[in-house]
Amino acid sequence: MTTHQSELNGFAKGWISYDLRPLEKLIKTNMMADQLTQQQQQQSRSRKSKALSGGTRAPDFTLRSTPDQFVSLSEFRGQPVVLAFYPADWSPVCGDEMALFNEVLPEFQNLGAELVGISVDGAWCHAAFARDRKLHFPLLADFEPKGEVARQYGVYRDGEGVSERALFVIDAEGIIYWSYVSPVGVNPGANGVLSALEDLENKKAAKESEPKELKETR
Amino acid sequence: MKGAQTDDIPATRLTVPVARRDHIQGPLDAPVTLLEYGDYECPACGQAFPMIKAVQERLGDTLCFAYRHFPLTNVHPHSEHAAEAAEAAGAQGKFWMMHDILFENQDALEDEDLVRYAAALQLKARRLIAEVEAGAYATRLREDFMSGIRGGVNGTPTFFINGIRYDGARALSALLEAVTVPPVG
Repeated sequence: MTTHQSELNGFAKGWISYDLRPLEKLIKTNMMADQLTQQQQQQSRSRKSKALSGGTRAPDFTLRSTPDQFVSLSEFRGQPVVLAFYPADWSPVCGDEMALFNEVLPEFQNLGAELVGISVDGAWCHAAFARDRKLHFPLLADFEPKGEVARQYGVYRDGEGVSERALFVIDAEGIIYWSYVSPVGVNPGANGVLSALEDLENKKAAKESEPKELKETR
Repeated sequence: MKGAQTDDIPATRLTVPVARRDHIQGPLDAPVTLLEYGDYECPACGQAFPMIKAVQERLGDTLCFAYRHFPLTNVHPHSEHAAEAAEAAGAQGKFWMMHDILFENQDALEDEDLVRYAAALQLKARRLIAEVEAGAYATRLREDFMSGIRGGVNGTPTFFINGIRYDGARALSALLEAVTVPPVG
């Protein structure tokens, strides 16, 4: 009698108990994997809300802008600054986004703002990328400790080791005015940034005209 | 100060509607308006060029096609002069002829080439090149560009069908389907 037949016979008689532990283990593993996927999906859904939002003080940082120069956020105090986090130099969409912002840069500057790009790439990589694309604004290297600034702003993609494609408009006092996290493969465009900067301009103009009116009424 | 809402979605609706200021082919009041934001040195725009021709042929007078400039001048060093040349040709009544020549010759967009095309179209070549060199239409190009930025143009080519950004595939079949059942703008 072969083993197979004996098993069948045993099964028919109802006294053989199969070792179900491997199967149970498999089912458990699958369930855990499912839960994990759900968690990941939730994480990716909640990613947007993790990003620092309007009204929050922008965490200060100092990052390399070239192999021998550093830029601190606090240097921009007194004027709005746009932080454009992007996943990586050279990848096609990033190129498009940075190329687009490069073209819109004069409009940002007309609104009194400066622009910086930030990714986890190193300063030498940034230098080559900026030269190739003829970028007229600094790229900062969030390189060591890797992604530290992106983490502070809530836009680091754990497990992937890059930042989200995220935009922050910070006002002259260093408070985040507007932020936006775009799907990683989608170029967010410059319209949202321009609207935010125009808002800031309008508020500034309104503020400046206030004391004057007061003087007049006195 | 109260900050703006995080996650505001940038607009994907045309903010400056197609009008007399634009270069158009077909009646301005056609039921379907297809607007392209393009760059003469952009390879993807070059690929879209014959598709647009096919769409125009298919729809005939029911289509108004408009073109606005969206040159990415830093990555496409010839795009600005090419767009200026199209405008300069337009000033002499031949915008669309120059437009076609530029898209058909994307790998030859040096200033000398522009002079050649001007001559081929029997334009006043000296006037054209003087205008190109002076950036005579820079304001117009910037207007086009910024109208795109405000409407959600993030790269080229970007199409708007009756004022709504077309996010579908860059394939003739998809484009034809989209213009046949256009969204109400």
